[in-house]
Amino acid sequence: MFLRQVWTIAVKDLHSELRTKEAWNASVAFSVVILLLFSFAFDPSSEQIREFSGGLLWMTYAFAGALVLNRSFAREMQNDCLDALIASPVSSAALFVGKALANFALLFAVEVVSLPVFVLFYNVPWGTGQILPMLLVMVLGTWALTVIGTLFSALTVNLRLRELMLPTLVYPMMIPALISAMTITTNVLAGDPMGFGLRFLVGFDIIFTLLAVVFVDTVLVG
Amino acid sequence: MNALEISDVWKYYGDFPALREVKLNIAPGSTLALLGRNGAGKTTLLRIIAGLSRPSRGSIKIQGTLQGSIGLLGHGIALYDELTAFENLTLFGRLYDLPDPRKRAEEMLERVGLARVRDGLAREFSRGMRQRLAVGRAFLHDPEVLLLDEPFTALDDRAIAVLQSMIKDMRDRGRTIIMSTHQLREALELASHVALLQRGQIVHMGERTQQMLDDTGWLYRTYGDN
Repeated sequence: MFLRQVWTIAVKDLHSELRTKEAWNASVAFSVVILLLFSFAFDPSSEQIREFSGGLLWMTYAFAGALVLNRSFAREMQNDCLDALIASPVSSAALFVGKALANFALLFAVEVVSLPVFVLFYNVPWGTGQILPMLLVMVLGTWALTVIGTLFSALTVNLRLRELMLPTLVYPMMIPALISAMTITTNVLAGDPMGFGLRFLVGFDIIFTLLAVVFVDTVLVG
Repeated sequence: MNALEISDVWKYYGDFPALREVKLNIAPGSTLALLGRNGAGKTTLLRIIAGLSRPSRGSIKIQGTLQGSIGLLGHGIALYDELTAFENLTLFGRLYDLPDPRKRAEEMLERVGLARVRDGLAREFSRGMRQRLAVGRAFLHDPEVLLLDEPFTALDDRAIAVLQSMIKDMRDRGRTIIMSTHQLREALELASHVALLQRGQIVHMGERTQQMLDDTGWLYRTYGDN
């Protein structure tokens, strides 16, 4: 029952987004434009770019993520849909996990589209051996952004300035996960081992997923 | 055993008590008209019963078998504009774990007179059609407890007729219905019981009498503050 509800919510969110493409268009355009602009601002051939390439990539993902996450619960405010969901037998946890999965899929797709732009315009050394480690860090890092972002999207959904409040609240919480993802990405692109950051990111994902599932009912109903 | 027991419920918004020591016992199969002027606390009470808000004090008990089978028709239509009428109802059918959500959605679209436009997006519907679809959504899972917040407000004639027929059908099948409304005539014709809320307090609760039907202002004159 729980998994079926999670699936229904996730499919509904993705279906709605595919119809309107509001968050998708905004976040893809944003991430590609930012990567292009920075490539013109810096000299992509320099050695320094390899040192902060991970940081640049994840900052872009984090900002693009805010555009996706802002829409997550805001979509439910239209016509008071959130009330109907809370009054239904769907548990807050199922609602949260379903929404988090939809956000994850959407943000991951944005990342997959913008990654080639990054590789191309920053002269990133890219080999087949880097694909799997890069996918692994993208999955773990994206889930970290998504799980925190979805919870705070629920928290800020009733605020008038939610577009401003969500990033203000979410980014400080994301800092540990972002630093890990940036470090691992830089290591992967340099051909170095992923290091301790990977274990930290796994632990971060597990702990924050559990915390979010526990607290989401309080966030939604009060 | 009562379908719903509301014991000493208080609800504060900041320092303002929107509900004050509300006590209500609602028997299974009764239709309660929750009356009161604007700001009396009707919507707050319905939101607490629906689980959308928690009471500041007091408790609400819903009979075990009725939990998870609440239908809510609130101020918003609670439909996704970017989904079709059929997709909206199928979605809620799945969330309520109905055995065949697609078949039930088709039946309900027929019932509310929207079968012809089942594949139309909700945002493209007229106001009346959206309201009928919202009625279909609220009744989709044949709820044991139905909560209606100002159900007749802003409905067109056809939507009112559909809603009245569905409420009567539910009432005749022994479902518990609680509706808050300003439209005394419609509410009193459907109700078996009446509760009057005034400044967050229940000032009268009892069976609906013929006198109330004959003179709809009698209740307010007798129990109200003016």
